[in-house]
Amino acid sequence: MGTKTARRATMTVAEKIKELTRNHLKNDGVALGQCLTAVGWVGGTVPDMTEEEGLIELSMADVAAGGFAVGLALAGRRPIYIVRYQGFQQFNSIIPLSYAAKSNNIWDVSCPIFIRSIGMDGGIGPVASGSHHSIFTRMPGIKVFAPMTPGEYQRGWDRFMEDDTPYCASEHRRSFSIDYEMPNRIHPQADITLYPISSTRLNALEAAATLESEGIVCNIVHLLWLKPFFVSETILSALSGSRHGGLVLDGDFENGVAKCLAYDIMQQSDKNVRVLALEERSAGFAPHLDNLPPTPQKICEYVRKLVQQTR
Amino acid sequence: MRSKDYGLLPGLTAKCSREDTLAMFSKVCFSRFFEFKVKEAAEKKLIKCPIYLSLGQESISSALAVAFPNPAIFGQHRCHDLYLAYGGDPTALRDELLHRPTGCTSGMGGSASIHSPAIKMFGHDGFMGTQVPIAIGYAFGAGQRTLAVMGDASAEEDYVLAALGLASTKKAPVLFVCADNNLSILTEKKVRRNWHMAEVASAFKLRAVEITDDPWLIMHQTRILSQELPAFMNIHTARAVWHAGTGCDGPPEWDRFSLIKEEVARLGLQREAEDIEIETQDKISLLWAQKLPGEQP
Ligand SMILES: Cc1ncc(C[n+]2csc(CCOP(=O)(O)OP(=O)(O)O)c2C)c(N)n1
Ligand SMILES: [Mg+2]
Repeated sequence: MGTKTARRATMTVAEKIKELTRNHLKNDGVALGQCLTAVGWVGGTVPDMTEEEGLIELSMADVAAGGFAVGLALAGRRPIYIVRYQGFQQFNSIIPLSYAAKSNNIWDVSCPIFIRSIGMDGGIGPVASGSHHSIFTRMPGIKVFAPMTPGEYQRGWDRFMEDDTPYCASEHRRSFSIDYEMPNRIHPQADITLYPISSTRLNALEAAATLESEGIVCNIVHLLWLKPFFVSETILSALSGSRHGGLVLDGDFENGVAKCLAYDIMQQSDKNVRVLALEERSAGFAPHLDNLPPTPQKICEYVRKLVQQTR
Repeated sequence: MRSKDYGLLPGLTAKCSREDTLAMFSKVCFSRFFEFKVKEAAEKKLIKCPIYLSLGQESISSALAVAFPNPAIFGQHRCHDLYLAYGGDPTALRDELLHRPTGCTSGMGGSASIHSPAIKMFGHDGFMGTQVPIAIGYAFGAGQRTLAVMGDASAEEDYVLAALGLASTKKAPVLFVCADNNLSILTEKKVRRNWHMAEVASAFKLRAVEITDDPWLIMHQTRILSQELPAFMNIHTARAVWHAGTGCDGPPEWDRFSLIKEEVARLGLQREAEDIEIETQDKISLLWAQKLPGEQP
C-alpha cells in the first residue's frame, strides 16, 4: 500500500542533477552538450564548470556529437550527453543507438553513456514538444527511465554508475522544480489503475483527485523504468483490484512505448490496459493545434467514459 | 588528379631504412596472402557472410602500421588488412570468418565488424563513417593517438564532415586516413561529388595531404603529419576485387604489389623480399591448412 502524502526531499530535481554532474566531473567524468553555459544552464541542471574540468561545449553537429559522446564512453569517461530537447534526439540518438547500445552485445566492450534528454509538454511546435523516449526503447541494449523526483534520479544514476551499458534518462522540464517523492497510491478496491509516465504523473495525480470527488477511485502506479520493463507485483496487484482495468499515460506518441508496456502488463493479467498519450498527428504552434500529453481534464473524461461504458 | 604516382616525392624510398621497408613489405605480403585464402574459403562456400576484401589496398595499412605505431584504431567494413597489419591475431580472424566461437568477435562481427582489444582496435557498427566521430571522442577522452580509417564514400557522410570540424576545434589527436578507391560499391567519385576530401579537411584547418598509395610516401607523410594531430590523408588506391565477395571485373587501375616489388628490387632487397614472400606464403598456408579441404600444409 502506498502512502498518501508526498515525501519531501532536500533538493529539487534540477539541483540533484547539478550535484551529480559536479561530482561526476570531479571524478574524471565528462558532460557534453550544446549551449550548456548560456541561457539558464539547461534549467539550472548544469554546474558552472569549464572544459578543463570536463564540461564540453559542442558545435551544432547533432549527429556527429552523438558519435563523439560514444567515443568518450569507450575511453571510459562515462559521458553525460545532454540533449536539450527530446525532439532533436532523433538526430542525437543515431550513433548512441547504432553503436553504444550494441557494443556489449557484439564486441563485449562496455560503452556506458548517460543520455540526459529533456522533454517538454507543448507550446513549442511540432519538433521540440513532447517526450520521445520510444526512440530509445525500441533498441536492445539500452536502459531507459523517466525520473520525476530527486530520489528517482539518484537511483537511476546509481544504477548507471554500477552498470556498463548505456542509459537514457527521459527527463521532463516540469520535474526540475520538484523537491518531493511520489509514492504509488493503491486502494483495495479501485475503479481503475493509472500507470502514468513522466510529466503525465502530475496530471494523473490531479485527475485522480477530481475523479475521487465524483466517487471514481483511481490507483496510481508510477512507471519509472521503461526499459527493461518489469511487470512488478505492485503493477499486477493494483490492476487485479481495479474493476475497469488499467490506463497507461504517456507524453510520447500513443503508438510508442506506452502500447508496449500496456501489452506486457496485459499478458500477465485478465484485465484490459488501455493507452492515452500524444495523438498520432503533428503538433502545430497555434494553441488550438497543439498536441499535449493527456491533461487532467482529458484523463478525467476518458476514465468517466470508461467507467460508464463498463458499469 | 587520381593516379598511381600522385604526390610522389623523388628519392624517398632510398631514404627509408631497410628495416622499415622490409617490415612494411612483410605486412603487405601477410595481408595479401591472407586475403587470397579468404577468397578461396569463400569460393569453397565455407564463409556464409558477406566479405570485404582489402586486396589491392593493403599498402595503406601496412605503411601506417610501421610509421604510426600503437594507436587506438577505428576502421570500417574493409578492415582485414588494418587488423593484420597492426598485429591482430590471424587465427582469430580466420575463425571469425568461418563463424567460429573462437573468432576475434566470437562470430558476431563477420568480416565487417571485427575488433581486437589486444591492439586497441574497436569494431565497426556497419553504419559507414560512424567510426570517425567515435574515434574523435575516444582520442579526446583518452588523450590517446588514434587512427580513423574511412573510405571515399564514407567520408561523404554528413556526420563525418561535421566530425572533422569537431576534431579541429577540440584538437583531438587523430590521424584520419581516407582509403580512396574511387568507389562507393560501384559508383565512381565523380558521379557523387565535385569536391576533394583533402581540401575539405584543410578548410576545417586540419593539415591534409592528397597522395597515392605508395607505401614509402605514406610512411613519410604519416611521420610528418603525426607530429601535429589532427591531420588528414586522402590516399588513392586501387581495389582489386568487388566491393563484397570475390568477384573481379578485370585488372585494377594499378597493381601496387608489383610496383612495390619492383621498388624493393631497385633498393637491392630482392632476395630478402623473396624470402619474406615464401615464408609468409608458408605461414598463411599452415594457418588455413586444416580449414580448407584439400589444402596441403
Ligand atoms: C550509413 C550507411 N549508408 C550506406 C551504407 C551502405 N554501404 C555499405 S558499404 C558502402 C560503400 C562504402 O564505400 P567506401 O566508404 O568508399 O568504402 P569501400 O567499400 O570503397 O572500401 C555503402 C554505401 C552503409 N552501410 N551505411
Ligand atoms: Mg570507396
